[in-house]
Amino acid sequence: MLAGGRGAAAADALELMLGFAQAVGADRLLRCDRAHIDGCLYHGQASLDFVERYVALGGRVCVPTSLNVGSVDLIHPDLFRGDPALGTAGKRLMQAHVELGCAPNFTCAPYQTLMRPRYGEQLAYAESNAIVFVNSVIGARTARYGDFIDLAGALCGRVPHFDLHVAENRLARTRLVLEGVSGADVEEAGLIAVAAGLFIGRECGAEICAIEGLPQVTSEDDLKALGAAAASSGAVAMFHAVGLTPEAETLAAATGGAEVSVIARLDREMLGQIVASLATVSDGARLSAVALGTPHFSLQEFERLLQLCEGSFAVPVYINTGRDILTELTQRGWDKRLSDAGVALVVDTCTYVTTIIEELDGAIMTNSGKWAYYAPGNLGVDVAFGTLADCVASAKAGRVVRR
Amino acid sequence: MTPSDVRTTGVDVLVPGQCCGKPMQIEPLSFWGGFDSSDGRVIDRFHPAHTISLTGHILFMAHARGSSSGASVLAEAIRLRTAPAAFCLLQRDAIIAIGAMVAQRLYALPCPVLVFRDADRWSDLATQNRLRIDATPDGVDIEA
Repeated sequence: MLAGGRGAAAADALELMLGFAQAVGADRLLRCDRAHIDGCLYHGQASLDFVERYVALGGRVCVPTSLNVGSVDLIHPDLFRGDPALGTAGKRLMQAHVELGCAPNFTCAPYQTLMRPRYGEQLAYAESNAIVFVNSVIGARTARYGDFIDLAGALCGRVPHFDLHVAENRLARTRLVLEGVSGADVEEAGLIAVAAGLFIGRECGAEICAIEGLPQVTSEDDLKALGAAAASSGAVAMFHAVGLTPEAETLAAATGGAEVSVIARLDREMLGQIVASLATVSDGARLSAVALGTPHFSLQEFERLLQLCEGSFAVPVYINTGRDILTELTQRGWDKRLSDAGVALVVDTCTYVTTIIEELDGAIMTNSGKWAYYAPGNLGVDVAFGTLADCVASAKAGRVVRR
Repeated sequence: MTPSDVRTTGVDVLVPGQCCGKPMQIEPLSFWGGFDSSDGRVIDRFHPAHTISLTGHILFMAHARGSSSGASVLAEAIRLRTAPAAFCLLQRDAIIAIGAMVAQRLYALPCPVLVFRDADRWSDLATQNRLRIDATPDGVDIEA
């Protein structure tokens, strides 16, 4: 491949991958099964030059490759309210990746599409929530890849043998015990997942934590929210939820049988305080919008939302999702029900990385730990946090209320 | 220093290249969110080197911090010629290495990245007035 037998782009990408492997001290390369690329957000001319060079060399990705969100909603471009020049460069960046053979799904939750990885696969995955999800919830294996090297992995089909690609590096080194919440209901389970995620991000950094005592009703969407929160407040690339995730059937399986110390024991009240600390406004504050779907909303989350949203909303409700889910919504006629209720569906991008939300002077409410963590800095907005039911009730009231 | 002891041992070359510049030692920095590629200055308000320009300096930094998007910011800075001239690290760092490798491929602009195994040697070089670095995949010459 280095000699160019698989094309100039593959040879170039392999050279880059070998340099990366040397930089991280890996002894060899592994075959890569799949990739997810976070190269569609524009960080400057170098981002675009890098991709255009592979386009010019005739490059094609050689493994199934999904794309993360970009700066623009290509299906609803009129939603974009940022600098037009950046919008144009951002759009070209998205299209150039598609020319390399990446699937134009533009989602931060590729694991909710047909491109979902399988247990044990070796991946070149970027985007922090996707990394933590595939490692923890699916049991596929990826290191924390990012700019440039994710695409190089997709073009040469190789990843270095290091970090979470290696079985013994995937064991828990620390434990978090939740007390008295195993019987929590579906709404509270979402909140507990976010709290646990924020906590391990803050306290464990990049160390793998085994979480015990999560509610029995904890869903895949809750684990998605947990991982996204952990990867926002810290550098978490993997966690174990004992009894819930595939490499943690038991605590012993998660730790490899080793004695691992308990970092904290958290009860309902302490978990509530952790999520309460996300808010920059008090209950009762006036809202200008509700933002859901960070990471991208799943079909199951839409189903839950539709059960909750009788009547109409007093403020706009923005929901980020992927194109694949949008297609499903349309087939079911749910898109119409959602827009009748006052929901603005945003695809290909996310309301915390780009300028979409029209009115930013009141607070914005979310059920996403990740959105609440980043939006005050990225958008300069006030944030309220609550369960999905709280968000729906507040959207109807136009101010922060609890169900 | 005689020409015969110019070849430096105990240094791994992550990214080869030649350069010369004045050494500058700083605390670990996240290039994404901590450094402005348009003017080469540190913009992290909590970093001791806040507002200082890194442009053209041989940067002695134990390791980098933060998001992998730092690689894009570094590559963009090398393109704009606002980046440090070279990196002398104490730990292998994939973000710095990838940013420098990509800029070299795209723009043929060198930004050598070296990892020192000998911290005393690293500290000693960091206090020199000026350094010349000639790093190849086989080894590195560093002249004070």
